[in-house]
Amino acid sequence: MTSRADSPGIRIAEISHRYRKHVALDGISLDLLPGRLVGLIGPDGVGKSTLLGLITGAKQLQAGSIDVLGGPIGNAAHRRRICSAIAFMPQGLGRNLYPELSVRENLEFFSRLFGQGAAEREARIASLLTATGLAPFEDRLMGRLSGGMKQKLGLCCALIHDPKLLVLDEPTTGVDPLSRRQFWALIGAIREQSPGLTVLVSTAYMEEAQSFDRIVAMDAGRVLYQGPPEDLRGGAEDLETAYQQLRAQGKPPPVQLQPAAAHSGEPVITARGLTRRFGDFTAVDHVDFSIARGEIFGFLGSNGCGKSTTMKMLTGLLPISSGEAQLFGRPVDAKNRALRREIGYMSQAFSLYGELTVEQNLQLHARIFGIKDRAARVAELTRRFGLSAHSASLAAALPLGIKQRLSLAVAVIHRPRVLILDEPTSGVDPEARDMFWALLIELSRNEGVTIFVSTHFMSEAERCDRVSFMHAGKVLAEGTPKALMASQSADTLEQAFVAILQAADPPAPVSAPETAIRARGSAAGGLSRALAYARRETVEVLRDRVRLAFAFLGSVILMLVFCFGISLDIDELDYAALDLSQSPESRAYLAEISGSRYFRLTPPLSSAAEGRSRLVSGEVSLVIELPPDFGRKLRTGEPAEVLAIVDGAIPFKGETVEGYAAGLHQTFLTAQAAARGTRQPEIARIEPRFRYNQSFESIAAMAPAMPAILLIMLPAVLMAVSVAREKELGSVTNFYVTPTTRLEFLIGKQIPYIAIAYLNFLLLTAMTIAVFGVPLKGDPLPLALGGLLYVWAATSYGLLIATMTSSQVAATFATTIASVVPTIQFSGLLQPVSTLEDGAQTIGALWPSSYFLHLNVGAFTKGLGWEALLPDILALACFGPALTLLAALVLRAQEK
Amino acid sequence: MRRLSCIFWLGLKEMMSLRRDWVMMVLLAWSFTLAPVMEATGVATSVNNASIAFADEDNSPLSRTLAAAFFPPEFQPVVQIEPGTGAARMDAGDFLFVVAVPPGFEKDLRAGRGPEIQVLIDATAMEQAGIGASYITSILSTEIRRFAIGADLAQPQPLDIIIRSAFNPNRDTVRFAGINALIGQIMWLTTILTGAAMIREREHGTIEHLLAMPLSPFDIAVAKIWANAAVVLAAAALSLGFVMQGVLDITIAGSSVLFLCGTALFLFTATALGVFLATIARSMAQFALLVMLTILPMLMLSGGETPVESQPAWLQAATTLLPSRHYMAASQAIVFKGAGFQTVWPEFLWMALLGAALLATSLVLFRRSVAQDG
Repeated sequence: MTSRADSPGIRIAEISHRYRKHVALDGISLDLLPGRLVGLIGPDGVGKSTLLGLITGAKQLQAGSIDVLGGPIGNAAHRRRICSAIAFMPQGLGRNLYPELSVRENLEFFSRLFGQGAAEREARIASLLTATGLAPFEDRLMGRLSGGMKQKLGLCCALIHDPKLLVLDEPTTGVDPLSRRQFWALIGAIREQSPGLTVLVSTAYMEEAQSFDRIVAMDAGRVLYQGPPEDLRGGAEDLETAYQQLRAQGKPPPVQLQPAAAHSGEPVITARGLTRRFGDFTAVDHVDFSIARGEIFGFLGSNGCGKSTTMKMLTGLLPISSGEAQLFGRPVDAKNRALRREIGYMSQAFSLYGELTVEQNLQLHARIFGIKDRAARVAELTRRFGLSAHSASLAAALPLGIKQRLSLAVAVIHRPRVLILDEPTSGVDPEARDMFWALLIELSRNEGVTIFVSTHFMSEAERCDRVSFMHAGKVLAEGTPKALMASQSADTLEQAFVAILQAADPPAPVSAPETAIRARGSAAGGLSRALAYARRETVEVLRDRVRLAFAFLGSVILMLVFCFGISLDIDELDYAALDLSQSPESRAYLAEISGSRYFRLTPPLSSAAEGRSRLVSGEVSLVIELPPDFGRKLRTGEPAEVLAIVDGAIPFKGETVEGYAAGLHQTFLTAQAAARGTRQPEIARIEPRFRYNQSFESIAAMAPAMPAILLIMLPAVLMAVSVAREKELGSVTNFYVTPTTRLEFLIGKQIPYIAIAYLNFLLLTAMTIAVFGVPLKGDPLPLALGGLLYVWAATSYGLLIATMTSSQVAATFATTIASVVPTIQFSGLLQPVSTLEDGAQTIGALWPSSYFLHLNVGAFTKGLGWEALLPDILALACFGPALTLLAALVLRAQEK
Repeated sequence: MRRLSCIFWLGLKEMMSLRRDWVMMVLLAWSFTLAPVMEATGVATSVNNASIAFADEDNSPLSRTLAAAFFPPEFQPVVQIEPGTGAARMDAGDFLFVVAVPPGFEKDLRAGRGPEIQVLIDATAMEQAGIGASYITSILSTEIRRFAIGADLAQPQPLDIIIRSAFNPNRDTVRFAGINALIGQIMWLTTILTGAAMIREREHGTIEHLLAMPLSPFDIAVAKIWANAAVVLAAAALSLGFVMQGVLDITIAGSSVLFLCGTALFLFTATALGVFLATIARSMAQFALLVMLTILPMLMLSGGETPVESQPAWLQAATTLLPSRHYMAASQAIVFKGAGFQTVWPEFLWMALLGAALLATSLVLFRRSVAQDG
């Protein structure tokens, strides 16, 4: 592929971008020529990722304009045209990949998004896998890959469609130096083969930028410098120093911090054969080291090599699988609190309370450690760590560098003799790193604190007294930086590390993939992209046990609970009687009540007060009082009265009991009259006929009604979580930057959930018949069709809500409330639609559950057929498409 | 002593964190003010605004009197429909009840032939159908009897039943629904607050930070439990005073202090459940799904939505193990019936025992889950 006239590169004019009040980009203008390798450099938070997101169209432009590949990226039509020529690999290793999919499945998904035919797909995947050395791992799940392999897979997925513009956001952060070298070699080989390819890359490792064609140095949303790296470096020792000088605007660079290598010999931390296994995975494999008092010991290695696990074992956070670890000659024991007072620990991520102020954080930790001179200690640390200006600010609002200083202040608040620091400076700008190290060196040299620190920055490792190289759970080499360099006859520590790695674990060779594959397969377009999403989503959900369990067990459990729990049949209630008459008539009266299935007699009452107290305690629900002259009056036909006291605390129960009592009273009268032969001719009979459910068992009404709520809540929640998950994990970027349209994305994701929800519908229908014994009296066909339309509507509703929420938790709660409340209030589940107020009836008419409830109950209990159910089916058929379209309108095709 | 002070300060930290979490604060405010008010004044549980039709083939003064005997709020105005269309209209869901008066009803009545009125009831509407049917039967027979006595066709009943409703003579549903809603909110919110605080601590990595200090998993969990329980208890007390008694004008028959004591006891169970769910869930999203699957059944089966007596016997035995059921029973006895400690102590004992068991289990699990975290 050669450079073409229609790819004039990237022209950025006056763009600014802000997140609420925070200004990320502040009036940037840049011209980037095609066919170059351009690097954005600068520490975290200077606006690199925002700029890359804007260039690829993943983020929406706020101000200014960007021309990419011959047109404005702000123009939706242009963006759609060119997005198949752009590849974007966002920050965070494998952030746009799918951890539950294998290497091959990930590649297949991306290939399908670009409409490649089967033959082309096979050829491309094979060539990419071979070129990157990933071929032996094609069936491994992406989540189980090492950092270096994730990075390669990310690149493969980006290259699958022969892009003209390749945008890589911090592709090498956290990857070991050898993998990093391989990565750049691969990029070099690809560029040689496709000279027209523009590569735009951001990095926090300044030394990598040496080999770029052009660099753009950024700070605080502005461009400090753009041009060839040599010019920036000028006379400075390296790019990092040059960048610091540029940033400090002429101020001299801080003093180089070379610690004196002097420390006494007694070992403070020792590890012998230290091993930690997680299942069949060995994270730390027979690690040995010994750290002397006052020494700064560095642990160097890539992400996931076992550094953090080793440190956690030393602090007692993780049990040791085998081997031993000692602090001050005593074995590490999680239960030994005294030992923990000797350690200060800083975990990898900032782990203080962001919602507390700097002062509050310090105070809290001082209190936990029970420091006597608390106020003085807090004041001292605030001053010494340069936190005075920030002591009333919330920790979450601090810049990263100050957060790290606060973490260190908290870690040393109890004057520990050992400090264990897990990557304390990752992401921090070089200046703040230097300040941080100045504090460390002071602690080590002046106070004799032993420091065990891990890092992936070579420049930091050089400052340690001794370093240990760790890779894949093993320590490969250990010694002073100088000795290590000498042993490999290397000029820099990085070269030494690379040489040691190469010897220990030679990686598969890499080469440029073949680009001869040009067979444009039968690009079916939209449908095939939607199906690609559907296929991927299915695999993912089938591999996620929690979601799968929720999808199926959830409905079964809730169906059982609802149907057994909400039954409204009340039988065998306890009642008590105060029989003051003690006559045959009074006994006959009570026998009538006790003989029914509704009431059970409890021991007789001796007083009215006792009846009251039994009602209060809930022992009985009804008290009958028969007056002393009950028998006599009844015999003589004088008017008599029975007093029934009903527990009315629960209104529904009270009314039911009242109805039962009145009914039984009437039965008694009729029976009495009949027995005496003085039966008056009945004046008129009132014949209640319970339709649909003659025995009036609540299960026959409840079981067919419950699916109406379960089949909207569960599918909607699952659907919403699945979309919110992509937003949260970052894979939604693939939708932003590939040719996928909003409808394709939504429908593709929806298909598997419609299938799951429909299986649920069948399951609940089967349960209704088999478990609850409610026969299906009506026609099964309209029911089956209606069920499908209903779950379609439910998943569409989930999509709609997910487009408006950004986290999985918010999506779950919002969807639950937004689906349960209208169903309960307006669909007729508890109160039949015909009894609702007009306004509520209107809402009910706009809510799919109303129709499904009528349909399901109609088909099951009322025995209705096509004719009666058709209106419901027609109504249900409207909701799915309408809600999906609405979701597509609301969904953002770009990040804000 | 030292440990107690750590637990105290950690708990205070918990409250400070909560104060800054505006989503939770909004949820808290909403749950204890508007939500129970809406629930209490919203759906009436018994027969309310029921739809009723008359298929009157008699069209006599008596049949018209009968039709005029149904009033709001229990019933909608009676709709006259064509005889014979009742079943179809019911199929379509237009009416819950259809009263069919046969031709010549009044004439037959006067002649002492004992004619029959049919009442069709849509039995798929469980709650309204049963009570509604007895309402309608009672209204119709009262009207017919009154007519018959007036026309000298019958004598008054020799034996009368006087039904008194203890504790709630006016059948006021607001009181029941309001307190019920408050109890429901207490259950939901306590579990969510505690569990979310726990998971947030893990997701932000602060739990490791705490464990590296001289604190045990027990201290951390107990700090969360007391702090969140205290917050919910305070909110519940305010809601009881200002929302329940103030806005909804609900009278508490028993002692508010005793009710709050029962609440405090229950809160330990609910917070322990939050800790328990948080140790099972690996992420906030899983926690949210789990909460739905556990709290919903707990609420449904506690006796607040439907009486415990309506559960099958085996289920009643099983739900004895639900702390929420004992809390609900004790609360109803105290609030509605004015029960004192001598009446509700068995429920309190149940709550204490179940809460202690759950708390112990969740602490053991929590310790284990911390050990397994990578």
